Amino acid sequence: MIDFSSIVTAVDCFLESAMPHQLAIVVKCILAAVCALVAYLSFAILMIYMERKVCASFQCRLGPTRVGKWGLLQVFSDVFKMIIKEIIEIKDSDRILYNLAPFLVVMSSIITFSCLPFARGLQVLDFNIGIFFIMAASSFGILGILLAGWSSSNKFSMIGAMRSGGQMISYELSMGLSILTLVVLSGTMQISEITEMQTKGWFIFRGHIPAVIAFIIYLIAGNAETNRAPFDLPEAESELTAGFHTEYSGMGFGFFYVAEFMNMFIIAGIATTIFLGGWAPLYIPGLEGFNHAMCYIPGSIWFIGKTLFIVWVLMWIRWTFPRLRIDQVLVLEWKFLVPIGLINLLIMTICVVMGWTF
Amino acid sequence: MNLVMLFAIIIASIVFVAMVMIITKWISPRTFNRQKGETYECGIPTQGSTWIHFKAGYYLFAILFLMFDIEAIFLFPWATIVQELGMKALVGILFFLSFLILGLAYAWRKNALVWK
Repeated sequence: MIDFSSIVTAVDCFLESAMPHQLAIVVKCILAAVCALVAYLSFAILMIYMERKVCASFQCRLGPTRVGKWGLLQVFSDVFKMIIKEIIEIKDSDRILYNLAPFLVVMSSIITFSCLPFARGLQVLDFNIGIFFIMAASSFGILGILLAGWSSSNKFSMIGAMRSGGQMISYELSMGLSILTLVVLSGTMQISEITEMQTKGWFIFRGHIPAVIAFIIYLIAGNAETNRAPFDLPEAESELTAGFHTEYSGMGFGFFYVAEFMNMFIIAGIATTIFLGGWAPLYIPGLEGFNHAMCYIPGSIWFIGKTLFIVWVLMWIRWTFPRLRIDQVLVLEWKFLVPIGLINLLIMTICVVMGWTF
Repeated sequence: MNLVMLFAIIIASIVFVAMVMIITKWISPRTFNRQKGETYECGIPTQGSTWIHFKAGYYLFAILFLMFDIEAIFLFPWATIVQELGMKALVGILFFLSFLILGLAYAWRKNALVWK
């Protein structure tokens, strides 16, 4: 398997030898930040194109076909259109908070994105509290959405933002509980270690029943966190025009759009990292030849493939189920997912203590 | 090094958004129109201020969330050492979780989980 940490070390050594220490750190930071931004934007473009094509095929349509071959350039032309649109300033809006909101939303999703392990060593931020840090950084985005709705001086935006706040903080809980269940199994929060442990079997297989329950809870909660149907109450277009981003035009709206799609990618990426082994190839104990053959597929392809599969499942859910009501959303969370999550945590603890895991 | 990198990422994201916003401001057309700056709700002129008293139901859920979120802070360090502690971890967490579930049951009983 290609080990990216050797490439990183080589670049590191070259920079340290070519220039003084402080300058080397600055150059490394710039390199890492530029790489993260480029990856973020290219995945955003990929996700928007994928959403259109997948949604079209679920509805027996063709999706974009005109701009470029198979409509491949459609997203680029949309971005260009957004850039040349006029930014309309709302008369009564709270100007500072109104302009601050896209910054917060994009910042939280870029920080979370840079925690994802794309291959061994190919990870920008690798804290020892990794998974906890990801949760903290992603809950930062709620603040941006609340500010966007509150500051744009529109009653529909306000309702959308409040719904979004209530929904996202509620579902963060069961997301946290299902991640916690897996931390009990792994015994560490550092993402690189979690993935390294899964080269000997993915956690969803090693943790069997509690891990599968946690995975399902995580997918439901993750779908609610990204504000997508069936949990798209914050931007329910038939009730609230467009919810919290009604008053944003041009690129201001574009940032919310990109952040929403990338949050879906990040949710899928975290699910891949903690349940489906991240970049670790499929490992079946006993079948040495098979395991060896699987190792020839690069880790980054495993990671992106698994992530895009989960993204596809989330899109499938989105285009299949109708929207819930706010009371149904909250009842589902507080009366079903939280108690099940707590009991599931206990089951997992019993399994780990008794040694009933693989 | 990780912390330095985190600051680099934060600065990069701020610079990125600001740059795109400045470019947009620079090349996009600007025309003044009195109607354009008005709030878009459903087409008719808006009534009253947006920033009024809001439904308390949302705050109730926020308070409930606080209770469980602080619990998560206590549970994460525990989760990392379950394998070392063994049986002690299980007994300890049974007490902790029973108090938490009591809290949830109280909220349930008081109909705090019902959307009114």
